[in-house]
Amino acid sequence: MARLLIDKDTCTGCEACIPSCPFNALSMKEGVAVVDEKCTFCGACVDVCPVSAITLEKEEKAVTIDLSAYKDVWIFIEHEFGKVSSVSFELLGEGRKLADALGCKLCGMLFGDKDSVDQYAKEAIAYGAEKVYIMESPLLKEYRTDPYAKAAVDLIRKYKPEIVLFGATTQGRDFAGTVATTLEAGLTADCTGLDIDPETKYLRQTRPAFGGNIMATILDYPNYRPQMATVRPKVFPMPPRDDSRKGEIIREVLQMTEDQVRTKILEFIKGTETVNLVDAEIIVSGGRGVGGPEGFKPIRELAEVLGAAVGASRAAVDSGWIPYEHQVGQTGRTVRPKIYIACGISGSIQHQAGMKTSEIIVAINKDPEAPIFKIATYGVVGDLFTVVPMLTQEFKKRLGR
Amino acid sequence: MKIVVCIKQVPDTTDVKIDPKTNTLIREGVASICNPFDEYAIEEALLIREKHGGEVHVITMGPPQAVEVLKNALAVGADKVYLISDKAFAGADTLATAYTLSKTIQTIGQVDLVICGKQAIDGDTAQVGPGIATRLGIPQLTYVSKIREINLEKKKIIVERLLEHGREVVESSLPALLTVVKDINEPRLPSLLGIKKAAKAQIPTLTAKDIGADENRIGLKGSPTWVVRVFSPEPRGGGGEILKGDLSEVVPQLVNKLMDTKFIK
Repeated sequence: MARLLIDKDTCTGCEACIPSCPFNALSMKEGVAVVDEKCTFCGACVDVCPVSAITLEKEEKAVTIDLSAYKDVWIFIEHEFGKVSSVSFELLGEGRKLADALGCKLCGMLFGDKDSVDQYAKEAIAYGAEKVYIMESPLLKEYRTDPYAKAAVDLIRKYKPEIVLFGATTQGRDFAGTVATTLEAGLTADCTGLDIDPETKYLRQTRPAFGGNIMATILDYPNYRPQMATVRPKVFPMPPRDDSRKGEIIREVLQMTEDQVRTKILEFIKGTETVNLVDAEIIVSGGRGVGGPEGFKPIRELAEVLGAAVGASRAAVDSGWIPYEHQVGQTGRTVRPKIYIACGISGSIQHQAGMKTSEIIVAINKDPEAPIFKIATYGVVGDLFTVVPMLTQEFKKRLGR
Repeated sequence: MKIVVCIKQVPDTTDVKIDPKTNTLIREGVASICNPFDEYAIEEALLIREKHGGEVHVITMGPPQAVEVLKNALAVGADKVYLISDKAFAGADTLATAYTLSKTIQTIGQVDLVICGKQAIDGDTAQVGPGIATRLGIPQLTYVSKIREINLEKKKIIVERLLEHGREVVESSLPALLTVVKDINEPRLPSLLGIKKAAKAQIPTLTAKDIGADENRIGLKGSPTWVVRVFSPEPRGGGGEILKGDLSEVVPQLVNKLMDTKFIK
């Protein structure tokens, strides 16, 4: 067991550690700090203590596995509706850096049916994969947890990659959680930063927590390999594509039959929107200020001219003005477009948690005190019903649409 | 039909902020709440019970004060609640948490359906649901926005899953584990009688021993991942530029700025 030790004699009772704890595990008792069972041993308080009264005693675990048996960086090549997801290419770009830092190969892990895998493998190679491990079966035509998890677990057990990365999409998160549990490997969700510790060569995984209010860097203990992570789409840039690249293809057979798969996809109801929130480069969002379902009309018109997706705040969704799949924020989707245009959205912390990493934020609001202006790149104080149609007209003119 | 709902007490993350001067968390008056997604999970279990009969068991792993979220669950109508609490669970990551919850579900036994929220708002991992399903060896249906049908005789369930591009309709065998999104229902409020009953209730606590947990798989010991550093995110650079003046000037000005980014094609 790890322990957090607070030296009673050294502690001056300054209380500096109390607010540093992300888990509220510290309190004052008889003039000195004490820790309770909410402590996760993250060590945040250790650095804060001005008199070094706090130490973290971590049990040194003996390394019982052969770390040198694990090598190479693997990227799960996700596809949907006959197209490789762009996050897989972004990960090939970032994976290249990790593989170079480790001096190992960058590989793709790809599952599908025979009509598609070869094309996807070519694309993975064009974006930087040196090797692609393929399992091809009619069972793997589209993502389902059972056959995909079986395929991944078998491949990973056989070839022992050091690192496996997945896109933090609904598919990637459903998938990685199962694979990591079966392998009893560490899995870090929704990373926004990855690098290799120059000393230990471990993967440093950085991710937002508490709705983006804090960032945490996470390592895997050396007794657990591979190191696995899901990574947020749109965080890393697309690497250049080079169709002249050559790569090695390794094929394995899926040891599973259809009757062993416990789920069946009956149908897929495509969303009514032409541009979805997660893929969108531009999002135009409406909040309480739109006033009703018909208030989304100018929002949609602007979105259409820009080729943007339509988002909404929780207030608009909970009022029944627009369906839930449009909701951006803590209890909706987290988005990261190039441009986010917030119309009549005050910008609660919950909403910000879902959009504040957008590259450019435009705020249009009647209330000059609205918190959204604090995080906006550009703000316009005014009635959205005046400003938004004017923007639409101006963009139409410029874009010739 | 026996349903287990897994819930988590979380800090109201909207209140967790970093003091820009000291770079530490400001926690003054941060309330603990039930993870919002878990309230939809509880409601869905109650709705299923109303339709198909059975029992709703609600479990949470956490420190003693986590009983508060279990009392809320009792107040809205859960049949049984359990607090899973032991010093040995401290420092658990998602792998160890999923193991601990799965052992608890096995201890309850004969479970037809496990329901979790899609993710907790403090960690935002969405990993514990799939982890529990895998440990229990049952299928998982994540991001469920609607239950279309439950057929207890045939041991089948049909659900809609809310994905990026639309809704996937999936049939699965039972028992199964669902994680639910906000769209699935509207959680009820507790009745006055419910609140009174819950206030008096004795909440049973299950320890590592009670659930027969392997000590190497729980808490920090059973956790492959380890938080090495917690820090404040970089503040958004620049700071807002409020475009002032007559709208007939401001709007073209804004359009110029946005066109200059080359993001608009």
